[in-house]
Amino acid sequence: MDSSFFFGISTIAYILAMIVYITYLAFRKTQIGITATTITIIGFISQTIAILMRWKETYDFSGMGIIRSVPLTNLYESLIFFVWCLILGYLIIEFRYRNRSFGAFVTPVAGLALAFIDLSGMSKEIQPLVPALQSNWLLAHVMMSFIAYATFALSFSTGLMYLIIRSEKRNEAAYIFWSVTLGIFIALLLAMGMDFLTFKVMVKPEEFIKSYMFRASFFNPSQIVRVLSWTLMVVIIFIAWRYGSVLKKIVEKFDISSDMLDEITYKSIAIGFPIFTLGGLIFGAIWADQAWGVYWSWDPKETWSLITWFVYAFYLHSRLIRGWRGKKVAVVAVLGFAAVMFTYLGVNLLLTGLHSYGTIE
Amino acid sequence: MKEKRKSIVDRIWDLLASVKFAIVIFSIISLTSIIGTILEQGVEPARNIQILTRLFGKSLAPAMYNIFDKLGFMDMYHSWWFMTLLILFSVNIIICSSERLPKTWKIITEPLRPIPEEYFAKAAIRRDISLKGKPDKVKDIITKAIKGAGFNYLESKESKGYQFYSQKGKYSRFGVFITHMSILIILLGALVGIFFGFKGSMNIPEGKSYSVALLRTSPLTHSEEHEREIILDAIEASSGNVTASANQLNMDEKTLKAKMKRYGLQPLGFSVRNDEFNVDFYGGSDMPRDYKSWLTITDNGKEVLKKVIEVNEPLTYKGVTFYQASYGIVPGARGLFILKLISSSGISETKQLQLGDKFIIPGTHLEGIIKDFSPALTFDREGRPFTYSEMMNNPAVFIDFKENSKDKYAGWIFKRYPSTWKLPEGHIVEFIDYRGAQYTGLQVRKDPGVWVVYIGCITISIGLFMAFFMSHKKLWVRIVEEKNNTRVIVGATTNKNRATLERKINKMISLLSTKQERGK
Ligand code: HEM
Repeated sequence: MDSSFFFGISTIAYILAMIVYITYLAFRKTQIGITATTITIIGFISQTIAILMRWKETYDFSGMGIIRSVPLTNLYESLIFFVWCLILGYLIIEFRYRNRSFGAFVTPVAGLALAFIDLSGMSKEIQPLVPALQSNWLLAHVMMSFIAYATFALSFSTGLMYLIIRSEKRNEAAYIFWSVTLGIFIALLLAMGMDFLTFKVMVKPEEFIKSYMFRASFFNPSQIVRVLSWTLMVVIIFIAWRYGSVLKKIVEKFDISSDMLDEITYKSIAIGFPIFTLGGLIFGAIWADQAWGVYWSWDPKETWSLITWFVYAFYLHSRLIRGWRGKKVAVVAVLGFAAVMFTYLGVNLLLTGLHSYGTIE
Repeated sequence: MKEKRKSIVDRIWDLLASVKFAIVIFSIISLTSIIGTILEQGVEPARNIQILTRLFGKSLAPAMYNIFDKLGFMDMYHSWWFMTLLILFSVNIIICSSERLPKTWKIITEPLRPIPEEYFAKAAIRRDISLKGKPDKVKDIITKAIKGAGFNYLESKESKGYQFYSQKGKYSRFGVFITHMSILIILLGALVGIFFGFKGSMNIPEGKSYSVALLRTSPLTHSEEHEREIILDAIEASSGNVTASANQLNMDEKTLKAKMKRYGLQPLGFSVRNDEFNVDFYGGSDMPRDYKSWLTITDNGKEVLKKVIEVNEPLTYKGVTFYQASYGIVPGARGLFILKLISSSGISETKQLQLGDKFIIPGTHLEGIIKDFSPALTFDREGRPFTYSEMMNNPAVFIDFKENSKDKYAGWIFKRYPSTWKLPEGHIVEFIDYRGAQYTGLQVRKDPGVWVVYIGCITISIGLFMAFFMSHKKLWVRIVEEKNNTRVIVGATTNKNRATLERKINKMISLLSTKQERGK
């Protein structure tokens, strides 16, 4: 049995848990709820075992020290770790707030992320490290960034749910904001799904992001496909806006009060912000300082981390302003996660392409 | 009404002290920074015109370029308005903190007092239970429970009982202040670096010793570039001595210094020699595992320091740090082949040879001639050799062997593959190195402000930890005699994490009741 066996178990467990959590929402039977939690915990334990085993495998393979062998060096491993943090965060919330409804929202993210990794044929090989990446600071940096990202992902979903519950009319700014955000989110996920189906190639994930992402839709060489995909995106956003009330009814069923959602949003950010400051910004700067001799060089990735940091600083301070509590700060929490996603994916995806040398198509 | 009477100075002060102003600044910095990540910073105009063409089309791009250029977006993080934003941001923090610090100070230093009965009803967390026995009897259990919850209490005697009062974590209120001050410290450290430090690079070929770092400059014309080369050579020739170079160049020292500034020539005051540079690869692949440079620092004619540097392992001397950044081939360089010759009978000899040189395997008549060299040799499908990279990825020499002037055999010997070193007779030609053709690319930095920045990083971590994970909790417990029982009234407040305190208090209360049960 190797790590992939346990990764397999955790993927199946999370997907199963998703189904059971949704069933629980529908019937509200305690036994179903306990089953869902149990399955999630089983998934979590096997994922933990899998990560530890992969750590050992990397250690045996690379011949480097134990700390250097932490499996956190490529997109595949970092996504796994992200899911692990997300589930851990969720389990803590479930036990603290004694509320399971939220599981129906989190386990799909975890299950889909893992299934995505499998579908995409993302390279799972243990890869040797180029010299610049052989740094303990970098490891601490990546690990803490992902823990922070997981807390931000939680605040994103609670912030969004808060907006969904609290907005009443279709012409209300908050309603338009959450439905459009959700529409874009769904459209981007669909587009990525299409990429996976179109280019079922075994490429390194980094390469996938650079050369294949959105090539089946928004960046397709054919003008017709491009126009069609953008149109489709608008249609999806419209549908999300028009039929958002259906989702609102579902979320209301969760019996989570809006105050509790607001509190979880704040708590997640209050935990994520210091971790992100220390791990994401400071450790990243120390690493850059050791590797290149500049702790800050305003490169796009660094600058986007800083923007993310400012958005969450905005969130923390806007709560202090009278009349901002509630919907307005929830909007900022949602925007914060958009900045996180852009820092993680968009910089490589959009800016690298834009900055590449060569002629214009 | 009151608002109107405020003077303009007061109003500006209030604005600069407000959190609203802070979030406006956050937004402006973030939004302009987004543009700064789209347009490349500090590059030649053609790059950004290309980017703008991709975004806006050919016809609009030049106009857009002009607008953004005028606004300073081509190097925005050094533009006057970005500096202004950072100054406003700092002023905002300073004024806001100076307004709040006295209040925070007062809260922290204010001694805690017992509170009158009616205040308990106003506390955020309230509990009210009844215990068997008179106050003097249950007092011990209660104080133990308070201590058990981690509070050190004071007590005061009241008419019908006691009041215990306690607070914890009051200094955590400094967390926000420390966080804000740390931001100023970090900005200060960055300023020190900008004014008293430099960032440059050096490409040193193997065997050479240089004493001038090259800093980034604004674009140079051809004639300027030419002059720069001449000046650089002169300074290097005099090992960084500016007065001597000025004499040699027939320039007065002041002019030379001005030109050096313009051309980004930064003498180090000592010199750095590259004794050797080497790249290690993973297994048989071309994926580098390690770049290493063997450096020697010479100061005042004396060798003072030797160190092997690699990525993530820099060398520091007199406040200047050298980082392994890149490497490459010196164009047109003729390096030396270092070969170790071992005959089958075990006699060995190490030789330094050039292309075309001859050598003899010791103790034999076998003569080799170095005919060809490739920095990165591989074979195509038909088995023909070709060079696949300019870089020294897989160096190989072609050697022709003769014995008594008769051709014997010939072939490629690879540095990375010992199996190619063996000759048919059992002699070994070990390809140790090809030296002198590679340069090591060093990043050179002097930044006296970096410690200030790091101190700011440490304090901001402490500040954030205090601000988010610690809280200022106050607890009052009043016990009053009621018939033969004791009423215990608990009131508690906290500025953060109310749920945690509530759990703690609940635990304390349940402890009290169970103790009492057992006591019965
Ligand atoms: C990027 C820069 C900044 C960071 C990282 C930062 C960080 C923080 C943090 C972590 C808190 C605690 C928030 C909470 O407990 O929820 C806070 C509170 C606060 N900040 Fe900032 N801050 C920054 C800039 C500013 C600026 C420019 C001002 C100027 C007005 C400011 C004013 C305040 C105020 C008034 C509070 C509330 C203090 C209290 O609760 O007693 N901050 N800040």
